[in-house]
Amino acid sequence: MELENLSIRDLNKKLKAKEISSLELTEFYISQIEKKDDDIKAFLSYSFDEAKKQAKKADEVISSSDDISLLCGIPFAVKDNILIKGQKATAASKMLENYNAPYDAFVIEKLKEKNAVFLGKTNMDEFAMGSSTENSAFFCTKNPHDKNKVPGGSSGGSAAAVASSQAVYALGSDTGGSIRQPASFCGVVGLKPTYGAVSRYGLIAMASSLDQIGPLTKTVDDAEIVFDAILGKDKKDATSVAYPEKMAKSGLSEITIGIPKEYFVDEVDPNIKDIVKKQIEELQSAGAKIKEVSLPNTKHALSVYYIIMPAEVSSNMARYDGIKYGYSKQHGQDLSDVYFNSRGEGLGNEVKRRIMLGTYVLSAGYYDAYYKKAQKVRTLIVDDFKKAFEEVDVLATPTSPTVAFGFSEKTKDPLSMYLADIFTVPVNLAGVPAISIPCGSLDGMPVGLQFIAPWFLEKNLFLVGKEYEKLKQN
Amino acid sequence: MISEKDIKYIASLARLDLSDEEIKKMTTDMSSVLDYVEELNSVDTSKTSPTLSAVSFSNNFRQDDEKTIKCDQKCRQDLIELAPESEDGFIKVKAILK
Repeated sequence: MELENLSIRDLNKKLKAKEISSLELTEFYISQIEKKDDDIKAFLSYSFDEAKKQAKKADEVISSSDDISLLCGIPFAVKDNILIKGQKATAASKMLENYNAPYDAFVIEKLKEKNAVFLGKTNMDEFAMGSSTENSAFFCTKNPHDKNKVPGGSSGGSAAAVASSQAVYALGSDTGGSIRQPASFCGVVGLKPTYGAVSRYGLIAMASSLDQIGPLTKTVDDAEIVFDAILGKDKKDATSVAYPEKMAKSGLSEITIGIPKEYFVDEVDPNIKDIVKKQIEELQSAGAKIKEVSLPNTKHALSVYYIIMPAEVSSNMARYDGIKYGYSKQHGQDLSDVYFNSRGEGLGNEVKRRIMLGTYVLSAGYYDAYYKKAQKVRTLIVDDFKKAFEEVDVLATPTSPTVAFGFSEKTKDPLSMYLADIFTVPVNLAGVPAISIPCGSLDGMPVGLQFIAPWFLEKNLFLVGKEYEKLKQN
Repeated sequence: MISEKDIKYIASLARLDLSDEEIKKMTTDMSSVLDYVEELNSVDTSKTSPTLSAVSFSNNFRQDDEKTIKCDQKCRQDLIELAPESEDGFIKVKAILK
């Protein structure tokens, strides 16, 4: 089998058996990047020298111990809103173009302990705000399946890097679908963990009650391996929790898959509906039980999201003031001029739009009508999931209502771009885990199948996902 | 319907310098999003309490001292160096009072 198609577990075996060294593997992936990335543009920066150093260190660990981590010596890519000490972290914004991270994110600390190898930082929508990676302040990333199409977003660089075999896996972040939607568009696996399962320390904040870091991988097993490596309570993120042990199912025959009728509405491309339904039927033939369920408040999720998310964005983005770090415009008379000019010039259109929306919905006189109302409807959305999970173990839905679209197709009308997230945002509002798995193609472009599980039951996602992959291999 | 005057006021609250062109575009874009979310008024939430976070958690408290914060001289210097303007180990800002 080609090196680029090997899973983490296979690579780990080869490393342990000394059939290949981490340095050789890392150099192979560097050569992949050198060959492909001029064209795909998945990366914002490379750290090849550092990667080779880490690989050599991993090789020392491998030669001195039989008991190595599954991720030891495996090269991967990191979304550019996750901090690696001493490396640039731009969040694809002019605001942070020259910002060097002064510390490691919690997930990076964890992966460094496991002697993982960082190849570089990947492109994204500015501050993770967008669904196509077109909002990057630097350049667009191309979909490896069709270079005239977007890779999705905001973790578009991470998805494209994995899809074009420029990294074994990548880390992304998901606030309203930013891991799952690009995974779906690029034909890779993407996991958004339960809110609180993975520390957000060192993730450049977008909307703090929704953000979660997760992996983009080639297989479900790879996603599970990376998830296991990065989860855990962190004192530095008060919203992270000790991952509770829950009773997971042990086989497909124990699983009831719920089909929420609100996710198969007219807004979805009928071909996508057909493809997704067919996959669910295959799982049924393999032993899973199927049940139609209703999550009646799904239709309000996007409205709730586009109030709560910008409200949190406007608060989080207040830190970019041209004073402490980042882009600064020092001309003008007083401190206030520095704020206005630095933010006006350093931030892009979509970021400004969301700051404005958030400031508006939080402003005096509008707070109750918008923000508080949205938080109440959010409760109804959470209750929908609770109720559905009394009857079923996982929900199966399309990840996105369409396949990858063309460049500039949706940039003129922000609302049309927002609609791309219609099936992913309810998951973030409820805080439940979800995974997108490639399930076929439409006009040559990948289609994603999304499974959603109850809080802290990622194991059920991995179980169903792996069974599904097995079915497809046979 | 949100007006250009409203947009200018919100931009001043958000400390954003917007060009005339940006203000025009922002007025249209924000109106369309606000029209869209209007539909939430049809939902009965009279008996519903708000959700701030989907998962419950508690505060992590720590001592407010140097030992627990773990930022030594080097770390402090690294942070100060990120600031566009600094002097004698402090971040420098322009006049606050006119």
